[in-house]
Amino acid sequence: MTSLPASTDKALGLVIDLDTCVGCHACVVNCKEWNTGGYGAPLGDIDPYGAEPVGAWLNRIHTFEVSPDDAPASIVHFPKSCLHCSDAPCVTVCPTGASYKRSDDGIVLVDESMCIGCGLCAWACPYGAREMDPVENVMKKCTLCVDRIYNDNIPEEDRVPACVRTCPAGARHFGDFSDPQSDVSQLVAERGGFDLMPEMGTAPVNKYLPPRPKTKPDSGAERRIEPEAAKADGFLGWLDQALEKLG
Amino acid sequence: MHPAISVIFFTVTSGAGFGFIAMIGAGVPLPQGLAAAFFLPLLAGGLAVAGLVSSTFHLGHPERAWRAFSQWRSSWLSREGVMAVLTLCLFGLYTLIWMITGDRLLWLGLIIALGALLTVYTTAMIYAQLKTVPHWHTALTPLCYLGFSLACGHLLATTFGPSGGSGAVGVAVLAILIAWGLKLAWWNRAAATNLAAAGSTPESATGLGSMGKVRLLESPHSGENYLTREMVHVIGRKHAAKLRRIALLLGGALPLVITLAVWIFAMSPGWLIVAFAGLLAGLFVERWLFFAEAEHAVSLYYGGGQK
Repeated sequence: MTSLPASTDKALGLVIDLDTCVGCHACVVNCKEWNTGGYGAPLGDIDPYGAEPVGAWLNRIHTFEVSPDDAPASIVHFPKSCLHCSDAPCVTVCPTGASYKRSDDGIVLVDESMCIGCGLCAWACPYGAREMDPVENVMKKCTLCVDRIYNDNIPEEDRVPACVRTCPAGARHFGDFSDPQSDVSQLVAERGGFDLMPEMGTAPVNKYLPPRPKTKPDSGAERRIEPEAAKADGFLGWLDQALEKLG
Repeated sequence: MHPAISVIFFTVTSGAGFGFIAMIGAGVPLPQGLAAAFFLPLLAGGLAVAGLVSSTFHLGHPERAWRAFSQWRSSWLSREGVMAVLTLCLFGLYTLIWMITGDRLLWLGLIIALGALLTVYTTAMIYAQLKTVPHWHTALTPLCYLGFSLACGHLLATTFGPSGGSGAVGVAVLAILIAWGLKLAWWNRAAATNLAAAGSTPESATGLGSMGKVRLLESPHSGENYLTREMVHVIGRKHAAKLRRIALLLGGALPLVITLAVWIFAMSPGWLIVAFAGLLAGLFVERWLFFAEAEHAVSLYYGGGQK
């Protein structure tokens, strides 16, 4: 049913730390790798080794330049995947019931066998979280690795989304936002986590942590290191004096 | 937004078809006889069905299209499918009764007319509901769709109506004027409406506005992707002003001149078919612009909306 649940028992999602992300794209690659062999049809590519490869990805990293008025510009790497919105517009527009939000954990999923590939859900999403698979012609999106997080056949430390598991910088965190005591909830409270495009009214579950403020050099108090007039002795001292005498 | 030919053809053609169905249902004067009872509903229904069939061409899995009738509680696209099929079924019944008995049942016709208008409304709401596309997110969008649908339908009904119905030709002039008046209001609003006016900027999209001005430095991948092709489509905006003039000329001025001539000089209403062809051609251009000019919020992640 494409009506949204009034509430969900859990609100599973990600915290993405823009201060820590180094933009290495490891989460992007591991996401593609896992989701090509996991839930649903493989993530398709067209012309993958050719001049103009195109394919479906569930997680992409953009890189932005942020220019403050009074300081040099900063570079912010910006991973983006489905935000598993509480008020997900992609779900309610779906004409077939293929898109749904689970009432137990809040994950937004697509039942690919019911998807007609109309693309309206991708139009309804402000974040670009849904991409049409160019081979299967069904809509693809982040599943929060639903086939990992409840999977008893893999070691416990692997039961987190592939992007979180692989991040070498620890910039991605997975947890339950409905529990104010959870690690992710506390992280968001401590670091001032925010929503993307709150004006769209989507109430995203995923939160982003802002880059920590950069230290600014004190104006006028810069310490200059003057080259000291070094006194050489021995052979070099003799050479120095001899060259001086030459004028 | 990417202007897909199948969707442009769908919205224009089925709009005209359902407009004509609404006119037939509302009981506008039409010729008597079996030929009229067969061919006129065939034309109206044919336009509507051709549009609907065309809309399935842009689906990834058209063979599953029947599933789209299930989610009418939440989805405008589903409601559109349900209303279209319901209206067409009732219209088929109406046509059958007309052919067999020679009577046009007004009570059934009025239900069909309402159904046809609701179908056009639901089509428009597929676009108007999207907050992500500020150009479309307005009550003017369904008003424009309804205006054009009725103008097309009325023009067709007058073309085939009994000659000498000069009042009907006058109404056709009025209908074309109202439809384009609504569209001018829509264009006027669109000129003042963009993502920034709706409160969405690269700063709000990234949440980094408190740090400073945000500019895209590197896209996620060096090439295009589904999102950029589908929603960050910018080709054609360059010629928007010219194309608007072409749309107004073909779809507005030409039909008006012909319709006025038919009205004033009491020419044969058969001439109105040229007016209808012009209106339809103008609407294809208008609908192309409807998509091509529309900005989607996701463009903010791909370098759109930067100051």
